[in-house]
Amino acid sequence: MFALVDCNNFYASCEQLFRPDLRHWPVVVLSNNDGCVVSRSAAAKALGIPMGVPAYQLKEAIVRHGVEVFSSNYALYADISQRVMRVLAELAPEVEIYSIDEAFLDVGGIADLAAFGRRLRATVRQWIGITVAIGMAPTKTLAKLANSGAKRFPATGGVVDLSDRERQRRLLRITPVEEVWGVGRRLSRRLRLMGIDTALDLGARDKGELRRRFSVTLARTAMELDGVPCFGLDEAPPPRKQVISSRSFGERVTSLAAMRQAVCAYTATACEKLRRGRQYARSMSVFLHTSPHAGTAYYGNAAHGSLPAPSGDTRDFHRLAGRLLDAIWKDGHAYVKAGVMLHDCCPMAPMQLSLLGTQGLHASDALMTAVDRINHSGRGQVFWANQGIDPSWTMFRNHLSPAYTTNWNAIPCVR
Amino acid sequence: MQPPTARDIEIIGRPEASAGVAVALAVASVSAGFPSPAEDYIEQALDLNDLLITNPPATFFVRVTGTSMIEAGIHPDDILAVDRSREARHGDIVIAIVNGELTVKELATTPVLRLIPRNSAYEPIVLREHDDFEIIGKVTGLVRRFR
Repeated sequence: MFALVDCNNFYASCEQLFRPDLRHWPVVVLSNNDGCVVSRSAAAKALGIPMGVPAYQLKEAIVRHGVEVFSSNYALYADISQRVMRVLAELAPEVEIYSIDEAFLDVGGIADLAAFGRRLRATVRQWIGITVAIGMAPTKTLAKLANSGAKRFPATGGVVDLSDRERQRRLLRITPVEEVWGVGRRLSRRLRLMGIDTALDLGARDKGELRRRFSVTLARTAMELDGVPCFGLDEAPPPRKQVISSRSFGERVTSLAAMRQAVCAYTATACEKLRRGRQYARSMSVFLHTSPHAGTAYYGNAAHGSLPAPSGDTRDFHRLAGRLLDAIWKDGHAYVKAGVMLHDCCPMAPMQLSLLGTQGLHASDALMTAVDRINHSGRGQVFWANQGIDPSWTMFRNHLSPAYTTNWNAIPCVR
Repeated sequence: MQPPTARDIEIIGRPEASAGVAVALAVASVSAGFPSPAEDYIEQALDLNDLLITNPPATFFVRVTGTSMIEAGIHPDDILAVDRSREARHGDIVIAIVNGELTVKELATTPVLRLIPRNSAYEPIVLREHDDFEIIGKVTGLVRRFR
């Protein structure tokens, strides 16, 4: 039996935590570089501010409704996240931290699941001040759906126990297939052509057929919808065919040295994402471009290259990224954006090695695991020196809130 | 996953993150007479966090501004440890939200619910059912540095 615990409007809730004056206020948090809205408080949602809207389109909402805008404050979110995860670890036998605001719990052997869920929810709210939704079911894929049900329907009190087979069917029947965990928009289009419109349709489909026509992973997802557990803790359907890491620069980048640092940093991020999905990649591309609106001559380019064998090692991709960047770099331009993409992803575990590439494979995995573990908190304590130490290309954060919980000079004040 | 220990979740600036300043104190006191069998034994170094924090994920720190609690020995610029997991009772010093502001006061539950400033120049705040207030947690410790 699994539970998925997911923090509601996590970033916006963190911002409201130490600003009681904003508790019922419309609050939005912007992505890196103050680009677009990535989190909204309940009041901001009620105003109809959509997810992903660019920051410059918020001006009217700010003037008319006083919407409060924040830059992403990762130090704060990471600290609050750790606290939530720690409480979960105290109350549940086993925890898999799935993202900054989501965790799967193994809740096997707990007699009254709904009561357990309510207690968990009340404890996190009282101890930390964060509200969570909890979905519980015999498989992770069903727990994920139970969780979105808990969020969508207020009558559930934020806790849904989906262990009953009839309740599962009722929810699956009203769930569009693209909302199933691990089924992307592209895949769902193909499924709909076959008459698979809902989660219930997918779960009822012949698993052998799904395996033949799509993948083992989709067949396993369908079995999970059918109530047969296929993914244990620390296992997820690998949804990625490629991994992307890319950002607009805070200040335009004009030197190759600064661009190299940026590309190395994006590569490190992409590789970490790759490993989090327990995947290797075989090839990558690097892209950069100037502003299409600047009036000066536009330049944009991308280069793609392959490794001799699939790898999850940041160092392999750093070497490749450096060569790719050299191939497309042109002096004399002011670049606004760059990024990297990793392609040809495959599962980490069983794979063929090239004749030359067997040595040192084990050590590389161990090193990367160690690096990821240290950096797990998202605060980047260990990084590759080629990313630079005080990079000029880092982002805008014009609306950053104080580091309320991680800096003595920024702790909240009381009267 | 193993339950994280205090060291696993280090965060800069959070006291539980400190490796602990080693203040090794010999336990044995100086006394005339027979040597104590425990004389060579040194207990674990003292960690101030043990005094201030019993439930790390639920403990937050706030800084005091103003003098509303001065008669309870809480001065401006003092740092308070607040444990959100501890139920506040009559007579406890608490952090509360009143009128959208964080405040530190003494909680009184009888004869009526009040937040009492410990400064004779201030009036108690009487809390009514429909008031917008919330008790955040109990103040469990105070840190003050001297120049």
